[in-house]
Amino acid sequence: MSNLIKLQNGSAVIVADDSWQIVRLPAGEAEVKKQAGKVVQFRLTGVEAATAEQIAATAVPASGKVVLPLSVFIARRAEFESRLAAGEVGVWLETCELVETLAEAQADLNVFPLIAVFIERFADGRAYSSASLLRSRFGYRNELRAFGDVLRDQLFFMKRCGFDAYQIRADRSASDAIASLGDFSEPYQAAVVIDQPVWRRHARG
Amino acid sequence: MYIYDEYDQRIVDERVAQFRDQTRRYLAGELTNDEFKPLRLQNGLYIQRYAPMLRVAVPYGLLNAKQARKLAHVARTYDKGYAHVSTRQNFQYNWPELKNVPDILAELASVQMHAIQTSGNCIRNVTTDQFAGIAPDEVVDPRPLAEILRQWSTFHPEFALLPRKFKFAVSGSVNDRAVVQMHDIGLEFFRDAAGELRIKVWVGGGLGRTPILGEVIEEALPWQHMLSYSESILRVYNRWGRRDNLYKARIKILVKALGIEEFRRQVEAEWAHHKDGVNTLTQAEFDRIAKCFTAPAYESLPEDDAGFSAKLTEEKAFANWVKRNVHAHRQPGYRAVTLSLKVTGIAPGDVTDRQLDIVADLAERYSFGELRTTHEQNIVLSDVKLADLHALWLEARAAGLATPNIGLITDIICCPGGSFCDLANAKSIPIAESIQQLFDDLDYQHDIGDLELNISGCMNSCGHHHVGHIGILGVDKNDSEWYQVSIGGKQGNDASLGEVIGPSFAADEVAGVVKRLIDVYVEARLPEERFIDTVRRLGPAPFKERVYADRQPAKKKVEA
Repeated sequence: MSNLIKLQNGSAVIVADDSWQIVRLPAGEAEVKKQAGKVVQFRLTGVEAATAEQIAATAVPASGKVVLPLSVFIARRAEFESRLAAGEVGVWLETCELVETLAEAQADLNVFPLIAVFIERFADGRAYSSASLLRSRFGYRNELRAFGDVLRDQLFFMKRCGFDAYQIRADRSASDAIASLGDFSEPYQAAVVIDQPVWRRHARG
Repeated sequence: MYIYDEYDQRIVDERVAQFRDQTRRYLAGELTNDEFKPLRLQNGLYIQRYAPMLRVAVPYGLLNAKQARKLAHVARTYDKGYAHVSTRQNFQYNWPELKNVPDILAELASVQMHAIQTSGNCIRNVTTDQFAGIAPDEVVDPRPLAEILRQWSTFHPEFALLPRKFKFAVSGSVNDRAVVQMHDIGLEFFRDAAGELRIKVWVGGGLGRTPILGEVIEEALPWQHMLSYSESILRVYNRWGRRDNLYKARIKILVKALGIEEFRRQVEAEWAHHKDGVNTLTQAEFDRIAKCFTAPAYESLPEDDAGFSAKLTEEKAFANWVKRNVHAHRQPGYRAVTLSLKVTGIAPGDVTDRQLDIVADLAERYSFGELRTTHEQNIVLSDVKLADLHALWLEARAAGLATPNIGLITDIICCPGGSFCDLANAKSIPIAESIQQLFDDLDYQHDIGDLELNISGCMNSCGHHHVGHIGILGVDKNDSEWYQVSIGGKQGNDASLGEVIGPSFAADEVAGVVKRLIDVYVEARLPEERFIDTVRRLGPAPFKERVYADRQPAKKKVEA
């Protein structure tokens, strides 16, 4: 059963077959940080998400539609030009990666049919700014997908920041999660989705 | 006060439904503790030492009588018959049951109240001056702009999961009573030479483990840009604020790390993109909200009232109360009144359901049906006729709400501490009580005069101990409770952070230490000099000397 929700013409549907393959980096030697005895799984904004060895060792399927790690796309772009032109290459960003890095590497983001942001931890709101910037500043119009620690209670925020596809975490039900996309009907403030504040949308008193 | 329209009401109603379902899923085991935690916190719900604690939002401290009665009803029906006014002007309940919280929220929504974003890593309840709209020194009524901020920040999708909590304070008076320098963003409204409304924007203030006063990022922002500029600050913070260390996650740490110049540069660069966008406020929207905050239908009264003046000379107890608990008003013949929630033997800020009902009655009969909570944890009736003060005093006194101690040593700001709070290192309420008992004599208190004594049970500093003239902080040493004492902190335009006087004390020593600090002051003060000014003039040395005079000097280590 697929766990991928997409917004299509404003309504949410579970998409049965997803032809995109998300390409993962091979495990690297991660620096282990601890705080109060607990391992901190966190990377500061703007840190290098992958080492040169990891990038070089990343195995990319020879055919089909692939979503590349941003670092792999940038370092090994020449390998993928024809597939990019054919609309078969997307990229994904770590929570800590900057959308500016992507925009510097590729001015017109709409060459990508898909950009994804990996949600490392559901309670980390950085991805919301990444999505907002991709939509509002960099003019990205195609699919923007959240994957990773994606849970239903954050979907409404994600939607308003411009995510229009949600790969719900595997152990949760996507069909249950759909309901949360409609938690609020008339939000106060402007965002990517519903781009005017309520006082510009309606005559209020 | 602000009256909800259909859009406001729909948001709180939808919130109740959303939280009801989240609670149901949590109780059914469909949400883990870690997953439920940010959801419940953003609804003001803590899991505490004995029971959950629910924090209800009182936007910028303003309530009407109907809402006060609803708060009383909730205390009676779902709690143990009392509630607590917090240092962020909110109401807290210490004993609700988790399964009842959705019902409590539904009750609150029926009177245009909610618990949205009263905790969690998001934009919190906006606070302001308790005398907004009536203070003689006010330049701009900050409440309409506070309400605009409230609406903008409510469920702001991009800033729903910030690195850490984020607090706004707004002020529109010459004398700052909202402690703008102690907030993540402090907005100080003023009018420029041309009469245009502008904002001095402070950023990066905060107490907690690393107390820092804010810095000015923008001297004179045109008010129309309040939201777009705030969004720019929030976006820089959301992206770059540290999330790897809880104690370094507030915006103050980011501002310090970058320096205010670089932080400003980043904010301005961000702002350039959407400065004149949809968030630019219009006069029409300002006017729509501002019309909710117009002055009530005051009577034309003379400056004086003969009956009032007579009572003042006849009754010393009344005169004492007037001296401390009655405040200037811009309307002739009117005064603001503080109902003290600082009674010796009762936790500072606590109020019973019965008292809340009485406050609602008093508000209706004497003050146009409105009341305000203060960050000093008292309640203000803002528009009382001079001629009504004596009658009001009699009724308030009968209800235990007329302790004449506002701004005195027993008007202690105090967090719930280890008696309730799971974060606390030490109890704070019994410390407050021991000090209140030692200084219970009213003449003595009045002789000591203006003094702010603030107590926090841990580094999170809910009791604002850093800005108390005397600050007391509960610390944990080898699993026992100790108290660190500081002096010289102050809120206001000339805010300062207190300095720790030395090694900490056991619980039963604290009141005695305060007594010694007061003794030094009483002996050394100049005529009319307040405690804080004596501390500033003399420095901490004579105070330290007296407090530690008969203490064993620490044993020197013998060099081997």
